[in-house]
Amino acid sequence: MTYTAEKPSLAESSDQLRTRIPGWGVDLDPKDRPSVPRERFDPDLSGAHWDFPERQPEKWPRERSNEHKFLTPVFGTSCPPKGVSGTMRKYAYKRFSEARAAHWLILVAADRVDAFGSHMRSFATPRPDNPITETGVRSELSHHGIFSRVGKKRADLVHQPLDPIIVAGPWIAAGGLAYVGVKRLLKGGRGSRPSVGA
Amino acid sequence: MQAMVYRGPYKIRVEEKDVPPIEHPNDAIVRVTLGAICGSDLHLYHGMIPDTRVGMTFGHEFIGVVEEVGPSVQNLKRGDRVMVPFNIFCGSCFFCARGLYSNCHNTNPNATAVGAIYGYSHTCGGYDGGQSEFVRVPFADVGPTIIPEWMDDEDAVMLTDACPTGYFGAQLGDIVEGDVVVVFGAGPVGLFAAKSAWLMGAGRVIVIDHLEYRLEKARTFAHAETYNFTDYDDIVVHMKKITEHLGADVAIDAVGAEADGNFLQHVTGAKLKLQGGSPVALNWAIDSVRKGGTVSVVGAYGPIFSAVKFGDAVNKGLTLRMNQCPVKRQWPRLFEHMRNGYLKPSDIVTHRIPLEHIADGYHIFSAKLDGCIKPLIVPNAA
Repeated sequence: MTYTAEKPSLAESSDQLRTRIPGWGVDLDPKDRPSVPRERFDPDLSGAHWDFPERQPEKWPRERSNEHKFLTPVFGTSCPPKGVSGTMRKYAYKRFSEARAAHWLILVAADRVDAFGSHMRSFATPRPDNPITETGVRSELSHHGIFSRVGKKRADLVHQPLDPIIVAGPWIAAGGLAYVGVKRLLKGGRGSRPSVGA
Repeated sequence: MQAMVYRGPYKIRVEEKDVPPIEHPNDAIVRVTLGAICGSDLHLYHGMIPDTRVGMTFGHEFIGVVEEVGPSVQNLKRGDRVMVPFNIFCGSCFFCARGLYSNCHNTNPNATAVGAIYGYSHTCGGYDGGQSEFVRVPFADVGPTIIPEWMDDEDAVMLTDACPTGYFGAQLGDIVEGDVVVVFGAGPVGLFAAKSAWLMGAGRVIVIDHLEYRLEKARTFAHAETYNFTDYDDIVVHMKKITEHLGADVAIDAVGAEADGNFLQHVTGAKLKLQGGSPVALNWAIDSVRKGGTVSVVGAYGPIFSAVKFGDAVNKGLTLRMNQCPVKRQWPRLFEHMRNGYLKPSDIVTHRIPLEHIADGYHIFSAKLDGCIKPLIVPNAA
């Protein structure tokens, strides 16, 4: 037992496990494990036929971590930074290293700005964002949304009600602000009109 | 071509995009024939990973057929059927030369703290991913491998991340014969970690989750002893009780950033994004393993700080081991295990979803509907 020197015994011996579990112990010897040792110097193994790769053309000033000496020779070109969010991203990369919380928090904030701006712009396109189709929430009906939850001891059920708030919350807040703003504007307009008796 | 496109947290859709061009002499363009949604894609989907831009195409688990190669590509040609590891790596930097392909220094300009990954935010390099009809594959002579004739497509796509990551997680545990191994999380990676622990000679394999259907899979697929943490007031105390108060020799965190089990941790991490993730499983691993034991972390976490019980890890004298899996390094041995019948990766696939319905696929996987363990994505042109 634990409070004495011997390790607690197991219910099954190695021979029993070898019989019951297909492949039990085939990687028992660490030499057979591909990630042992952790670092294995072999520059010829990978298939690379260069000491340093050719450089991919840089078609716009590519943002990069200030912990890098230079732009890596190969990089992704998925979504160039644009607009306010792009300015925030470029600032985060240029000003703060990965070690600084500000670097990541600005990038997260830029993500929210990007999402909100993109949603707004989508309404000026033939294909505006559709929260029903884009959230996949219809699959609640087609893939047993109720049966998958009711009577199940799922720890995630306590916070799943927050998801619609996270998705719809900014829209409701923006709608509320717009409503209040318009209402005040109209009220202000009426208040500035000269009275009949003046 | 059609491609999945991120529109903001919890929102994606399929759009028409241009087929990606060759941008580097060692690029290949691959026509995707089968993809998958990974549990870590859900972190992107939920808006947890910094610098996830609207318009990006996710997807780091995919196989396909080579459509075009750049002028310096020697090992692949048009028409080759290839599997592509989720890591994008050059093969020649300090790290790649030592087999640490997941830590390549030449492919991710956006961060030095993580390598490059297909379709995994600009924090991981800004590459579009494989939940689309075509994808750009950099360093075609280094990353992709021709799929062996004997291998099924569904097995091959499972070998691009989930299976090798689970196997890698067991290796990081440095398991010796007779070790008690506890795996937190019965998702795809956890299932493969549990299965792999036996291959390395574990004497007892325990899997912890809160989803009964996944625990059932852990029993049948991975021959594991299982516990639903919602059945216990404190799963750490229960772990001590069932190990005669020693604790497990090895604990594997196969959950990562969206762990359940502590409301405050989950909400501050996964919902409010005030942490790099909800480290509930990691903290349970630290507290469940015995003093002097090893904690292996293959669950994905974001780069922002997390409330990890580091003092316990110090005071217990633990060895903490972790990394993104260098996938290609695992393949030769995993191929052997498959040919010997020890491993059938596609056994955990539960859903096959057309690309045009991928928004439903994400919701089903995220909300854990319909017994979903592993959804595959089938492009329309496949």
